[in-house]
Amino acid sequence: MIELFTNNFVIFVLAMFIGFEVIAKVPPILHTPLMSGSNAISGITIVGAVVIAGLHKGAWSEVLGFLAVTFAMINVVGGYKVTDRMLAMFKKK
Amino acid sequence: MNDLSHVSGLLAQAISSAPATAAALTEAAEHADSLLKLGINLAYLVSAALFIFGLKMMSHPRSARRGNLLSAVGMLIAIVVTLGDKEIVSWWTIGAGLITGSVIGAVLALRVQMTAMPQMVGMLNGFGGLGSATVAFAEFLRVYFDPLRDPRLDTLITIGLSALIGMVTFTGSVTAYGKLEGWKIKGRSISNPLLVPRHHLLSIVLLLVCVGLGVLMTRDYQAGLWAIIALYLIAAVLGVMAVIPIGGADMPVVISLLNSYSGLAAMTTGFALDNYCLIISGSLVGASGIILTKIMCNAMNRSLLNVVAGGFGQELSSAGATSAEGKTVRQMDAEEAVMVLEAAQKVFIIPGYGMAVAQAQHAVAEMAAQLGKKGVEVRYGVHPVAGRMPGHMNVLLAEANVPYEQLADLELNSEMDQCDVALVIGANDVVNPAARHDRGSPIFGMPIFDVDKAKTVMVFKRSLNPGFAGIENELFYLPNTVMVFGDAKKMVSSIVSELKGH
Repeated sequence: MIELFTNNFVIFVLAMFIGFEVIAKVPPILHTPLMSGSNAISGITIVGAVVIAGLHKGAWSEVLGFLAVTFAMINVVGGYKVTDRMLAMFKKK
Repeated sequence: MNDLSHVSGLLAQAISSAPATAAALTEAAEHADSLLKLGINLAYLVSAALFIFGLKMMSHPRSARRGNLLSAVGMLIAIVVTLGDKEIVSWWTIGAGLITGSVIGAVLALRVQMTAMPQMVGMLNGFGGLGSATVAFAEFLRVYFDPLRDPRLDTLITIGLSALIGMVTFTGSVTAYGKLEGWKIKGRSISNPLLVPRHHLLSIVLLLVCVGLGVLMTRDYQAGLWAIIALYLIAAVLGVMAVIPIGGADMPVVISLLNSYSGLAAMTTGFALDNYCLIISGSLVGASGIILTKIMCNAMNRSLLNVVAGGFGQELSSAGATSAEGKTVRQMDAEEAVMVLEAAQKVFIIPGYGMAVAQAQHAVAEMAAQLGKKGVEVRYGVHPVAGRMPGHMNVLLAEANVPYEQLADLELNSEMDQCDVALVIGANDVVNPAARHDRGSPIFGMPIFDVDKAKTVMVFKRSLNPGFAGIENELFYLPNTVMVFGDAKKMVSSIVSELKGH
């Protein structure tokens, strides 16, 4: 147990560092698309939702799985699409 | 992936029928199984790398759109690979969820107006949080019904955290959505700060109760089913309590913070499921939200605690009017304004939330284009907290076809002394000189556009009422300031037609 948790924790800390490094360079004019784009990434919980929905452990896993997949997918599709719409508007002279 | 799972299934069958070679075959099946796991994990790594590259490409408008696409490809890979996991048997449920979610998401994204973008982003954050909280609850039930009944402590703890953060994100986002949409409770708009008696004490107590329920759940997870249900309900209340005291002008901080929470909810869910794709991606989003939150707080010179405590930003229109007595302002109509603008060489436009409310961005962009034709250099100064979310004004101006080279932030101050006309449209606190010198002012220390240093300041405003922070603005009474009263869209439009006529 402790090894798995340690692995997870190390990955978490390193990913936070990468996040800070990469995102600190985003200029203010792109802050809104950055937010909606990163928001779409938080829809990655879809992966967990798909696993739960597919377990087939009983009615509860079907219902919760369906709900979780739906919520996460709204986040994913809505997030990427709306970001794309905004970024398409940013043009040069 | 499917081939591998097929092979491992066949091997497992073979084991039962041929006991002689059972040991060897078990080993082979395990081998195939671990190969499958390796493949899935490597594909997750590719997804995570695509997310990172995608975010990196967001650092320039030129590459940002491709970056977002790359990130979407990463997401697609993650979903497809997960579907290939051999444990998954219930395709109908997954398919129905994927289609329902995609349709709702696509409709929301295609129909939303650019001016309603803060609500939209807030809502999507909420769905992400709710998704994570739902996954965490299902994972709890899986552990709860597991015949072994031997859950890991870290799994239970992270399920509790995911439940807490996910639900706070969800109900907090719904509350923020309501504030931005101007929902009313008993005729009172919830956009203004709302505090119940002993608000902060109550919030802290609720948070402690959540922690207590979490501890109860980990100590005795069988009795913990009720504890975790209570945890979900109280966390939902806590989300509302956290956002409701915060005023409209502080929304950029709230939206950034909720953005961060939605990532942290996915991250803790990743801990509970031992899924490092969720941990990496969730952490990236968490980091992004934290950075934006910090930028927003710095741009207001306030601490995060001060912002989330709320109560800031009450509209005090009557109090503002009395202190304005005895001072005079210079007024201009559209025709006079055109004469001043035509004589200028350098014009800076400072837009604020008022421009979004009046939907004046297209008129403003057209005015700038007309001035550009007459040889006037026009640039926009967008304050980090102008509007209701980070970068709100930039999106509206981009929608109105303003080229992004003309969009600048506070760096514009270095050229302010060469500026002939600073046009303030629907902005107030971000141009208030009191932030520089008046220690008693609530916005003291906030970085502002020093428009008072321009040769002429032209302020487009409905009336002399103070802005959302309820603070009197001395800028309006300076000798080099002229006021153009009226609806921003109407006034700018009449300037545009005057400019066309000349």
